[in-house]
Amino acid sequence: MKRIRFVHVALAAVVAALAVPAAGVSKGSAVPSSVGKGEGKLTMVVWEGYAEKQWVAPFEKASGCKVSAKYAGSSNDMFNLMTSGGGGQYDVVSASGDASLRLIYAGAVAEVNVKLIPAYKDFYKAFQSPPHNTVDGKHYGISIQFGPNVLMYNTKSFKKKPTSWSAIYSPANKGKITIPDNPIQIADAALYLSKTKPALGIKDPYELTKAQLAAVVTLLKAQRPLIKKYWGLASDQIDLFKNGGSTIGASWPYQVNTLAADKVPVAALIPKEGATGWADSYMLSTEAQHPNCAYKWMQYITQPKPQAQQAIYFGETPVNKKACKVMDSLSKGSCAQYSANKPEAYYRSIKFWKTPVADCGNGQKNCMDLRAWTTAWTQVKG
Amino acid sequence: MAADPARIQEGAPAGGALRALSRFTWRRPRLKTLGQISAPVAAFVFVYVAALAALLIQGFWTTDSFTGKVIHSWNLDNFRAIADAPYPTIILRTVAMATAVTLTCLVLAFPYAYFMVRIAGPRLRVILLVATVLPLWVSYLVRVYSWRLILNPDGALNWALNLVGLPDLNIAYTNWAMWIVFTYIWFPFMVLPVYAALERVPQSYLEASADLGAHGPTTLRRVILPLAVPGLAAGSIFTFSLTLGDYIAPSLVGGPGSSLIGTVVFENLGLANNAPFAAAFATVPLAIMAVYLVIMKRLGAFESL
Repeated sequence: MKRIRFVHVALAAVVAALAVPAAGVSKGSAVPSSVGKGEGKLTMVVWEGYAEKQWVAPFEKASGCKVSAKYAGSSNDMFNLMTSGGGGQYDVVSASGDASLRLIYAGAVAEVNVKLIPAYKDFYKAFQSPPHNTVDGKHYGISIQFGPNVLMYNTKSFKKKPTSWSAIYSPANKGKITIPDNPIQIADAALYLSKTKPALGIKDPYELTKAQLAAVVTLLKAQRPLIKKYWGLASDQIDLFKNGGSTIGASWPYQVNTLAADKVPVAALIPKEGATGWADSYMLSTEAQHPNCAYKWMQYITQPKPQAQQAIYFGETPVNKKACKVMDSLSKGSCAQYSANKPEAYYRSIKFWKTPVADCGNGQKNCMDLRAWTTAWTQVKG
Repeated sequence: MAADPARIQEGAPAGGALRALSRFTWRRPRLKTLGQISAPVAAFVFVYVAALAALLIQGFWTTDSFTGKVIHSWNLDNFRAIADAPYPTIILRTVAMATAVTLTCLVLAFPYAYFMVRIAGPRLRVILLVATVLPLWVSYLVRVYSWRLILNPDGALNWALNLVGLPDLNIAYTNWAMWIVFTYIWFPFMVLPVYAALERVPQSYLEASADLGAHGPTTLRRVILPLAVPGLAAGSIFTFSLTLGDYIAPSLVGGPGSSLIGTVVFENLGLANNAPFAAAFATVPLAIMAVYLVIMKRLGAFESL
């Protein structure tokens, strides 16, 4: 009897302990109209490579805000770090499009005043109010950098340049294809189907109904026997292209540049169907302890010089048009290499990652959400 | 309910409360035992049992798929979803992989351990033992990555095959690669218990067996193997359960169609933010291990432990 009672108490304690973090309260915060004096400190959750000394040190010196950055391993990590424990632990987050909407709807990030960001007017139009950080005309994030998901191929194996994503669905390339191991990859296949099978009626690759998702899964399941590997890390794919027998695949500019630097004969392009891509935004926590330093950081990191430094360091494209010149002065030809000087239409052609949600704007709330996508992805990989 | 403290105090020599407690528990041996083991029991309950209970409880909840917040409504949906495709396939694949790895380790470890115990001299034995555990000093990741280099089409495996005139073998990023890597990585966990078990078989038993006219194979089958069963069982529990929970090797050396139970748990925790389903799915290896241990017990593996 005694023992049973003890177990009950223990269970109750466990339940209580689990329930406490979920019961955090969020207090609203008004959008500031000016940036005050820095608080002397700034805490951030960022991707590794986003808070390097070469551009953080000048910021610390100029603003007096000491930066402490925490690296996140995945979009989900970022989401959890920003929402757990009430969310006051970190001031800003460099959220990718597959996490930013979740952060907004979870109430973890606050509206930001873009008027306080001088470089904002120099952004490419596509990144001023992108749907992954702007909801109902309200800005919840400041775009920073982005990159497309390109079709990479070995120029020795492909004498004739592939121009369509069909190359990665073609049995002719069996055992040579590598694609990312990420549920968001479903959007790539959806984009391809939206062009090749218009009857399905896919308008936005992130807004799929049940039937549309099923069609995409069918395509991806048929692709599975052709796949050499679903790569998890960029270095996996680099390995596979170097000596793993892969000659074609969905990739990022980073891998293309790294392989090219290692004298592997590769080239990449955005196929005629278009491409998906990632785009990161700095978002401000609703519970930010150092909002002034956070604004100072967003003002600084969007300027041409840090934009160019980060783009070259990480292998991505800055959103500030003026960064192109600085990139070329830092490393000759890097502006063109990372497509930082393309016409506006180029950036509009990239379908940037955004979280798949049920209420996807068609008024019927019948879209498949991220969970359905993850389950579908598990099915695809088998 | 305690014995009248005043009376105990009465005839007692100096010594105070501690002495009194000692006398009190001496008269109640059960209470004494309980008191003595309470600290480890509490640690066990709070660290292991509570963690497992928390896991199980989570499995009955759901999360809001968008905000990722846990919804505390009790239901069995997560456990029902385990039966949906492709999870049964993944569970079967994992069990098959764990079984294959365990059997391979058994077959390789027994002669190896036997050689160390019975044939190798003391110096060679030490060298072999060190060689067995040496890989454990190196990071798991390094060992898995080194196998990628070996199994790659341009890797050491094909180089060696070509040397002896055999054709290329392209098993990188397949379930075969996973099988090899698991077998390699968990091998020490099989060798050490088997070695310990064989070492405990007295030389005199083998002599007695020979005196009674048994040949080598008969002695092996009727004397050595039965005495080594506890070691084999302990080793197989290690290799089986370690394979059951791993998710790194499948992601690094596996190919398409290489998802294991660990992969599903990781993806639900790390990508989909669906901790309740991950928790529910994590009960699958628990159940499998329970069944495995029952089978081991039936086989008499624990009788001589």
